[in-house]
Amino acid sequence: MIRMPEPDGAVLARRSEIVAALRTIVPGEGVIDSERERRAFDCDGLTAYRQLPMVVVLPETTAEVAAVLRYCRANAVKVVPRGAGTSLSGGALPLEDGVLLGLGKFKRILEVDVANRCAVVQPGVTNLGITHAVQAEGLYYAPDPSSQIACTIGGNVAENSGGVHCLKYGLTTNNVIGVELVTMDGDVIRVGGKHFDAGGYDLLGVLVGSEGMLGVVTEVTVRLLPTPPGARALLIGFPSVEGAGECVAAVIAAGIIPGGMEIMDKLAIDAAEAFVQAGYPMDAEGLLIVELDGCAAEVDHLIAAVETIAVEHGATSCRASRSEDERLLFWAGRKAAFPAVGRISPDYYCMDGTIPRKAIGRVLKRMKTMEERYGLRCANVFHAGDGNLHPLILYDANKPGELQRAEDFGADILRLCVEVGGVLTGEHGVGVEKRDLMDTMFNEVDLNQQQRLKCAFDSESLLNPGKVFPQLCRCAELGRMHVNAGKLRFPDLPRF
Amino acid sequence: MTIYRPSDEKQLSEIVARAAAERQPLEVVSGGSKRGLGRPVKAEHVLDVSQIAGVVNYEPAELVLTARPATPLAAIKAELAAKRQMLAFEPPDWRALMGSNAEPTLGGALACNLAGPRRVRAGAARDVFLGFSAVNGAGEIWKAGGKVVKNVTGYDMMKLLAGSFGTLSVLTEVTLRVAPRPETETTILLHGLADEVALRTMAKALNTPFEVSSVAHLPPAAARRSQVAEIAGGLGAVTGARLEGPAPSVAWRAEAVERLVGRGARLDAAASARFWEEAGEVHRLLPPDGRVLWRLCPAPSFAAAIVDAVRRRLASTEALFDWGGGLVWCSLDGGEAGPDAGAAIVRAAMKPAGGHATLVVAPEATRERSAVFEPAEGPLGELTARIKAGFDPFGVLNPGRMREGS
Repeated sequence: MIRMPEPDGAVLARRSEIVAALRTIVPGEGVIDSERERRAFDCDGLTAYRQLPMVVVLPETTAEVAAVLRYCRANAVKVVPRGAGTSLSGGALPLEDGVLLGLGKFKRILEVDVANRCAVVQPGVTNLGITHAVQAEGLYYAPDPSSQIACTIGGNVAENSGGVHCLKYGLTTNNVIGVELVTMDGDVIRVGGKHFDAGGYDLLGVLVGSEGMLGVVTEVTVRLLPTPPGARALLIGFPSVEGAGECVAAVIAAGIIPGGMEIMDKLAIDAAEAFVQAGYPMDAEGLLIVELDGCAAEVDHLIAAVETIAVEHGATSCRASRSEDERLLFWAGRKAAFPAVGRISPDYYCMDGTIPRKAIGRVLKRMKTMEERYGLRCANVFHAGDGNLHPLILYDANKPGELQRAEDFGADILRLCVEVGGVLTGEHGVGVEKRDLMDTMFNEVDLNQQQRLKCAFDSESLLNPGKVFPQLCRCAELGRMHVNAGKLRFPDLPRF
Repeated sequence: MTIYRPSDEKQLSEIVARAAAERQPLEVVSGGSKRGLGRPVKAEHVLDVSQIAGVVNYEPAELVLTARPATPLAAIKAELAAKRQMLAFEPPDWRALMGSNAEPTLGGALACNLAGPRRVRAGAARDVFLGFSAVNGAGEIWKAGGKVVKNVTGYDMMKLLAGSFGTLSVLTEVTLRVAPRPETETTILLHGLADEVALRTMAKALNTPFEVSSVAHLPPAAARRSQVAEIAGGLGAVTGARLEGPAPSVAWRAEAVERLVGRGARLDAAASARFWEEAGEVHRLLPPDGRVLWRLCPAPSFAAAIVDAVRRRLASTEALFDWGGGLVWCSLDGGEAGPDAGAAIVRAAMKPAGGHATLVVAPEATRERSAVFEPAEGPLGELTARIKAGFDPFGVLNPGRMREGS
């Protein structure tokens, strides 16, 4: 288990005073003090980690958020921001000595601006709620994490969430154009707006995906896209997952960027089929779902092109959806893959590494040997277009030691992803979960530079500490940058 | 003045470390084609990174390219074209605009966060920047991001470095996402629309689900200067909408778009490509001499009103609308615009729209006096200064390029 920073005894001793002060800022039920009610906030989607927060605050206005942060800054109280709490990496895991700042009451759609193809919304609006609010205009919000019914846009901004369609339409960062941000100092800053790009440093770009460590977002402007006129999907069976992977590479090499491309392995296919009867080919070791979207002329043209490529790459079955119902059925199995795996195992642990696609054969082979070593099974679903793996490790938390084995297995998978040229996380974030693996990708200098950015926003390290970085920020120390020039020699430096 | 020309990352880091130790600021130059963009740098010495060049790795099937920053854009485009791929953000060639004949490089395109006419669909340099290695202002070599297309490990430092004009770190290796080149393209041309009408028409085209990938509007004077015969020879203003993709899809979508925005002339693939290249490069479409040039990024629907507001004060105003109005090139007579190059008037006109304005072309003395980039005041300005100090504590990397005194 990952250890969180030691709680500050002085802050805990002042708990009732802090609660009282917060009540003067946020009235009534906006400050949650009782243990029973705080319990509802003790974890996010990474349920193996639980911690009761010191107090929960649910403000309703930007001014209240600013006042809470200003108070916490002045009193050296830590703050953990939270949206819907669906993070799979523990990004919203509370601190024993910290305020849990929930943005759940920021639920309003403030403006739908059709002429500028954007919407201004509060951070507690759900991802799917944005699309629902704008679809009558023929528009939608493109990033679609699988938790989109529940997850909030504020959380999406914090985690730079992806989804099935991001190879073609981008992650959150490519689809958010402005935010209102409250800093740990309590300053309210507008970054971006309804325009393209930044007039100075691209702060918006670095805020998206900063895992709630740089500021609290109180308003978000998202870019909207016209809803594609139609889509069709192909269900393609292969005798191996590697074969499916080679087909994906060939589709991209042919210049086609499908709306979605997903691979499932045998264990995932069996579990999904047993759960939703999507009609998946049961003789396949690897299943590839390819979705093409756009106008009918383009979709039909590309469906034919992908079918040809699939057959050339040894597909054993290939079906194209002939109706919208059939397309949705093809997806039903994939979308239910996590709960389907949940039916065949008491618990599962979902991983999120990205690899260069060409390494898929090597990675799968190594994962097989890990399954034997750890004595745990692993099902694989895979955003194949962008090489984003979601291995699901099956375990039983009630059996002593199995959770630890599952975590060790998961860490080994992520180390393997980095070893083959990939990264620790494609879309779920580092959070608590992958924090102590950061040094497999980054050395101390790299991490120090990241932390210096953190220090520019939050000099006392009060905002969401204990996440992302294996060591807590030491801003004062990091601020004294040393120059090693005195120790270096400069042999033969070219001068002109 | 000394020009340092390191041959690798290690030498580069030693030069910066020494500059930091001796508090000797450096002007960082790659090819140098956009050296005149921004405020004049206050530095005695030049760090010329032109030897840090070459493609390191290119994997077409992974959609990923890794190269050193001084690699000429022309070389990268040629290597990608051989595999029917491209840089989707279409970095425009601004040599003529900047009055330079130096070589545009990949690092320069990233440092200035360039974006061509496909910005509305494919994003800017920031959107394809996946990872890098760099040297910070203390001479430390550091890296961020990765070499795969999807990655959220750590802060997205690529966004911060894109458009930082070499003031935060010196890039030494970069990884970008590349894209398939569309099979073909066409452009629908609508003639004679007034600016305000053209902006509404462009919004309508972008709001169709037919994947319009570029939209620009050339008022009559700009259209007359085009080297594309169908545009220069038309009667007055020209509004263009580009469609790209497989041939049957492009033909179908062009019909569908015309049904909604009105019948127009069509450019074939070659003429269409020439037109959008010209729109990205800008200089041929705007008046040639004695001018200052502003690049405005407002909320698109305000674009015509902004230009009208500037023109009411400065009669010499000429404009060009790209990105459906999200990008406005505003050219002013240098004499009429006065000593601040029209900054006060332009920024006041931008106020209701939000967004930002950059003074791209102006005499050096003017760029030294004026805020070339959008001013950042109050808490945002303080934050910007703290970020700069966190990367370059001794102020040795391109001091003054973006802001006075930092």
